Parts: sequence; structure tokens; C-alpha cells
Amino acid sequence: MSRLERFKWSKNFGGFLVVMIGLSLWGASDSEWELEPMKPNLRDKDSLQRGLALYVNFCLGCHSLQYRRYERTAKDLGDIPKDLMLENVIFTGQPIGGYMKSSMSKDDAKNWFGAAPPDLTMVTRVRSPKWVYNFLKAFYVDDSRPFGVNNKVFPNVGMPHVLLPLQGFAVEDCFGYEAVDLLELEAILREKKLEGILTRTDRETAVAPIKPREIRKPNCPEITTIPETGLYNVEQFDQAAYDLANFLHYMGDPSREIRTSMGGYVIGFLVILAIFAYFLKREYWKDVPKSPPRVRKEHTSEL
Amino acid sequence: MSESLDNRGFVARSMTWINERFPWTPTMEKHASKYYAPKNFNVWYVFGVLAFVVLIIQLVTGLFLTMNYVPTAEGAFGSVEYAMHEVDLGWLIRYAHSTGASAFFVVIYLHMFRGFAYGSYRKPRELIWLIGMGIYLVLMAEGFFGYLLPWGNMSYWGAQVIVSLVGAVPIVGADLAEWVRGDFVLSGITLNRFFALHVFALPGVLVVLVFVHMVALHHVGSNNPDGIEIKKKKDEKGVPLDGIPFHPYYTVHDFFVVIVFLIIFCAVMFFAPEMFGYFIEKPNFEIANPIATPEHIAPVWYYTPFYAMLRAVTFPLFGLDAKFWGLVVMAGAILIPIALPWLDKSPVKSIRYKGRISKFMLGMLVISFIVLGYLGTIPPSSFGTATAQIATLVYFSYFVLMPWYTLREKTKPVPERVTGGH
Amino acid sequence: MDETKSSPVTRRYLLIATSAVTTIGAAGAAVPFARSWSPSEKAKALGAPIEVDITKLTPGEIFKPAPVWRGKGIIVVYRTPEAVERLEAENRSLADPKSKRSVQPDYAKNLTRSIRPEIGVYLSQCTHLGCVPKYFGKAQPEQFDARWQGGFFCPCHGSKFDLAGRVEKNLPAPTNLEVPVHQFENDNILHVGIDTEEFDE
Repeated sequence: MSRLERFKWSKNFGGFLVVMIGLSLWGASDSEWELEPMKPNLRDKDSLQRGLALYVNFCLGCHSLQYRRYERTAKDLGDIPKDLMLENVIFTGQPIGGYMKSSMSKDDAKNWFGAAPPDLTMVTRVRSPKWVYNFLKAFYVDDSRPFGVNNKVFPNVGMPHVLLPLQGFAVEDCFGYEAVDLLELEAILREKKLEGILTRTDRETAVAPIKPREIRKPNCPEITTIPETGLYNVEQFDQAAYDLANFLHYMGDPSREIRTSMGGYVIGFLVILAIFAYFLKREYWKDVPKSPPRVRKEHTSEL
Repeated sequence: MSESLDNRGFVARSMTWINERFPWTPTMEKHASKYYAPKNFNVWYVFGVLAFVVLIIQLVTGLFLTMNYVPTAEGAFGSVEYAMHEVDLGWLIRYAHSTGASAFFVVIYLHMFRGFAYGSYRKPRELIWLIGMGIYLVLMAEGFFGYLLPWGNMSYWGAQVIVSLVGAVPIVGADLAEWVRGDFVLSGITLNRFFALHVFALPGVLVVLVFVHMVALHHVGSNNPDGIEIKKKKDEKGVPLDGIPFHPYYTVHDFFVVIVFLIIFCAVMFFAPEMFGYFIEKPNFEIANPIATPEHIAPVWYYTPFYAMLRAVTFPLFGLDAKFWGLVVMAGAILIPIALPWLDKSPVKSIRYKGRISKFMLGMLVISFIVLGYLGTIPPSSFGTATAQIATLVYFSYFVLMPWYTLREKTKPVPERVTGGH
Repeated sequence: MDETKSSPVTRRYLLIATSAVTTIGAAGAAVPFARSWSPSEKAKALGAPIEVDITKLTPGEIFKPAPVWRGKGIIVVYRTPEAVERLEAENRSLADPKSKRSVQPDYAKNLTRSIRPEIGVYLSQCTHLGCVPKYFGKAQPEQFDARWQGGFFCPCHGSKFDLAGRVEKNLPAPTNLEVPVHQFENDNILHVGIDTEEFDE
């Protein structure tokens, strides 16, 4: 609870939000967490490089990319020079030709997390880049969990929120407000609205007199980052999550770029060959006398 | 004529030399330049040659895949990813093989539909049909064994479910399943034997059956969309009036078709090798985990119609449980086309001249097959199960009722000579 | 549609053109299979250049255990000044004293077959049939040679090499020990398998 006490003010902030959203979404809250769209872009080498940097700093400690070597990654992500890789990316003392493996032993991992953290080389193929992006953004404070956080996209996930220093604390907006009398709130809001007062402070004032009850709602429709608790603001953190998901998208299938460009050439070639083949066939078939056209007769014979 | 006096060209003399020792020219004539195929083939007649092309693709890419593959529980998944990530153009070979697997079934199903529609299984082609069904069964087994090899989580659980099916056989089931696995669970031991079957035994059987299939076909001659025997009308030289030499006419024709097919094949292979999870299922990018089943197990799309029938049987019968009857229904659905040559009593072969009931039943067969195929890919639901039960009945009624409706319905007169085409 | 009679000339040209394009296509289709046989990234990574810290090497000794590059042992020998002197003197008993027929980078095509006279770098593989030659560093009578001046002796078929890896005449090994590409990063660090000349003077 203590962590939350420090950000008590946020409950009020969250309070009006939940009402606003709650009025429309209540009841639909049992549905799965809605994933925000995310469109990976492998041409954006800057994003991929940032993703790589984030990955080796925050993820590689536990999650290997055991099917990929540093050297190949450096080459694919825009020919990152070897010195830069050795200084800024390879922390495990491996050679540049080594696999991007976590240095954590499997036994330690099992002791700490209950299960060995999975290899993430192909996580975007098992899930999707969109899933990873949303997963990274969906951690929130939950003191009932061993690491003090839970995740909306992957409920009861067995890992800590490693990006917490970047994101800061995110809380369920409706935390503690479940039992608020909705009708009462709605009435107050409607009244205020009719009077034309809809500023933020007014909303907060409107919510203030209602005593929130400390009850956790299981499927809270929103989580909100408490400002100034992390290194990044919301936009920067969204970008970081995007970069990581984008990087992992690249990781899942390194052939993607060359595959599509090669595919274009191959198909282009085949189309040319098909044209030749078609005219050759037409030329030969000039020899073949035509059959009479199909006659669609009515049923005549009876059996 | 002694060889020293032979002043023909080198090639001609070489051919003579060879033909004295091996029937090269007669073989080529029998199967190509003097094999007379009906001139009215339509688009449905291309899938045989396409299946042959896919077979070649699978044999060659498969051969090269084994060069990087490690058939052990510890090494299999990693070795496939090694091919994908580290071998130069290894991903291309792997995607060609995985796309080829699905392409094989696409063309085989269309090829079989052609047989259904134009009565290609009718006398005198019963044996061609039986051999073809044999090819189909081997292909299903080949696909099943091959699907385990990447040792992904869907590979593992797919195989687990199917092997467990064997356990539905009364009395000996459990022992039989254990015997197939060679272990108490599906393990590296199972993987080893599946690997041997997939890369050695079944491809060999497949190649032999394909060869026999073609020998039988060239012996009796091809059917055609009119279902007429072109051999009945011959000219003075004994050449069927409605036949044209396979070579060059159908070789140039089929060459064009093959190129068009390769364009489609490459489009999938290069741009959507997973085919949105239908050709390579998402959980298969995770290593096999014997203690975590993927959330939803579905076989690859080409088995889903039969899988849906298996699931459609939800009630016990005659004291035997539903699991057993599901197995019976599934096996029955796969095997029943074998009986087609003897179920079809119609005086005509081709659907063109069959009656309305036949056309309706064939349409229903296709619809039920597609519906079942779709239902097999989605998680079970009560509505889905009811639909699958109806579709299963429709599927079987095509076959079971065939002797009745093919005799009862009115047919159209069959022309003397072939029509349409080209 | 063109209903005119077919033309043998058109047919012939079409046949040639189609065959030509098909041949290109078939060759192209063979490329992935051929390329998949070239060393994979794994093989390349395992065959990557190695670094050897030669600070612990004392004159008259070779680096033990032998560093391994691309699966082969590498001899790194630290020669004494006397040994270097002997190597630079003319020696009529060698099969290829000037290393004309032997395999080495240009910078090692000298009498000591090395970049630095005192440090020699050689593949630990007899040029006869690939056995590993044994190091007998001291100039003293040995069982196999009473006038041994120090060098390498192949136990398989008795080929003898001097401290610069040069083979003696009339023995099975035809050429001198191979010198792998190498370079010095500084006084202490030797790289084997790379010679970008990024570090050498």
C-alpha cells in the first residue's frame, strides 16, 4: 500500500476519469484488454537500434535471443560498427559473433521467477508485435503480486516491470472506486454539465465529496501512469515500447526484408516466363482443331 | 547396317545405340509424343501435373532441410531456427517446404474434386483411383509425421492429440498408443521414428505410388470433362480422333500452367509464408512444452474437415464411448471415397450429363467439406458442434446415397465426340 | 483470337526464347540450394579471428595450450635472438628456404617467416598429411637428429621443420608450415585470422 500512499493525489485524478469512462464502459469491463494498434516499420533503423539498446539494457538480463548473433544484428540494423557494439550493446563479455544469450542460469531463473524466462527471439511470431507493444504498456501497480505489479495484457505475469524506471508507476484508474454509487455520480455530473461547467477542477470537485472505497476492481478499464515518477513521459515511453516491439518484430524473422524484395524479383521473372510460355502454347495449339462447343441440352433420356 | 557406314549425325547414332540397350524412344513415345490425351481438357485437368511439381519441390527442399536438421528433442527446434536464421537462404528452403506442404493438399483436393465431378474413378479407371487414394493416405501420414519435426509446441500437441486417438481403439488402444510413441509420453524417441518415416520411408512409397498411378493412367488413357472414351473413335492409323499427342501440346500447355502456379506459390512463400497462421501456426514458433498445451489446438488446415467430424461425435453408442466413434467416423470419412467406383451406378460418367440430384449432392459435398474445414480450425462450441454434425451427415450421404440417386435421376444424352475446351 | 495457320519460324523463335528464359530460371532456382551449403553464420562465427595475449610467452617457448582458430591449432613461437640469427643464416639443407612454394601472406615471406623476427605464427599442421608437429625448441641432439638446431618434428612420417616452420629437404612434407593471416594489435595482443593492417605500423 505504501507506494500508493505516496501518490494519493492520483486517486482523485483517477477518480473522475473512471467515472467518465466508467459510465460508458461499465459492464463491458469483462472483455479482454483492448489492444492498441501498432504497425511495425523495419525501415526505421533508428527505432530498431533504440529497440536493441533498450533490449540489451532491460530485457537481455533474463530473456535470451538465443538464435541470433550480435554480429548479424549489428549488420541488419544498419551496419553498427563493431566498437560501438562491444561498448554499448554486449555486456555479457561474449564475442561479437556470439549468440545474444542471457547470462542468467536456468536454475537461478527458476528460483527467482518460478519458471525460466522464455527466449524472445520469436515472441512476435508467437504473439504479435502489437501484443508486445501493448504488453509493455500494460503493467500496473498491484500489491497482491510477488513483484508488486500485474499486467493487463498478460494477467498474473511472473515478471517484474523492468521498464518501471522509464515508465514510472502506472495504476489502475478505478482502483478503489468500484463501489462508488454510480447513479449518484452520474446525477452530480449531469447537473454540472447542465450548468455548463466541465473544467477539470470542476470534475474533481464533483467527485471529491464521494468517499472512495478501497476495493480492487478485477477488470479495470484503464491504467494511468503517474506523471513524474519515471524518466520518460507518456509519449517517450510509448515510443520506447514501440521501439522494443519493432525490434522484436525484426528479430522474429530476419529474412523479412530480403524476402519481400527477392519475392518481387522472382515473381517479376516468372511473369515474363509465363508470357513466353503462353505465346508458345498458343502457337502450338493452332494445330489443334476446335471441338464443337458444349451443348447444354435439357434432360431427355429417362431411366 | 554396320556402325562405320552409319553417316547420320552423332545424336541420331547415340539414340540408336541407347535404344538397342534401353527402350528410351519407345518409352517417350508411349508416355509423351504418342500418348493421346483428349483435346478438351479444361482447367480442372492441371492439378495432376501440379501435384507432381509440388512433389519435386518437397523432395528437393526436404533433402536440403535434412542437411541442417537434428532429429532430437533437444536439437530439433534449434536446428530449424538455425536454418531459418543462420544458413544462407535457409529460410527460403524451409518456407518453400512449409508452403509446399499446404500447396500439396490444395492441388490434391482440387485434383480429387476433378475425379468426383467427371467420374474419373469409373471403369476402366478404378485402379487409378485406388492408387490415387493410396497416394492421398500416404500424403496425410507424411504431413502428419512432418508436422512433428520442427518440435514446436503445436507440433507437439497436435501429434499428442492424434496419437492419443489411437488410444480410442477398444482394448488394445492404450498399449497401441504407447507402442506408436515408443515412450509413455510423446518424446524424442517418437520424434526419431517420425523423422525416419517422414524423410525415408513415406517419400519412397509416395514416389513409387505416383509412378504406378501414371503407368496405370497411360495404360487406359485419360478421362475428360465429357466422360467419353476417346479410344472408341479412332482414325485409320489408330489415333483417337479427339486425342492430341501429350507432347508437344500438353507439355507446352502444362508448362504455362506450372509457371502460373509457381507465381502463386512464390507469392505465398515470399510474402505470407505463415499464411496468417494457417500454413505455420503461431504456437509453433515456441519450442515444444510437454506441460503447457497451446490455448487452442487445431490441426493444420488440410486435416480440419476430418478433425471437425471427429469432434462432431459427442455421444456413445453400443456401449462404446464417443471417442471411439469419433475415430471411426473420421477414418470412415477419409476412406469412404475408396468405394466410389462401386457406389456410382449412373449410366454417364461426367457431372455434365448427370442429373440434378448428383449436381446438388456434389455441391453439398463441397459445401460440407469447406464448412467442416472451417469448424475444425475454431474452438468447439455447441452451435459449431451441431453444424459439424449436420455437415458430417451431408458428407456421408453423398457417398452412401449415391447408388440410389445415380440410378434414379434423369441423365442427359452424352455426345459422340468431345465438346468444349481450348 | 488468331486463327491463322501456325508459323514454323515463330514457333522456333518462341521455343528458343522460352527455353533460354527457363534455363535462367532453373539456374536461379538452384541458387538457394547452392548457397545453403556455404559456411553458415554459425560456421563463420566459430571461424572468427582469435585474440592471443602473448605477454606470458617466454623466449624459446611456444604458446600452450595451442590457440585454436577454425578448428586448427596455431603455433605461436617466441624465438631467442640466437635462434633468429640461425634462421637468417643461409641453410642449404632446406627444401624451400625462401618460401617460394609455400603458403604464407606476403608479410611473412621472409627468412623468419614472420612479421616480428622473434614471434612466429604457424598452423600446427604438417604439410604432408596433416599431423600435428611436435615442438623441440632447443638446439641439442635429439633421437631423430643428432645435429638438431631446434624446430618441429612430425611424429607421423618424420618431417622436420626449423623454428620458422621451414621443412628440411628429402623428407615427406613438400612445403613449409602454413602461416595463417595474422597481425599484432600492440606488443602484447596478437590476432590470428585477420590482417586488416589496422594495427600494424
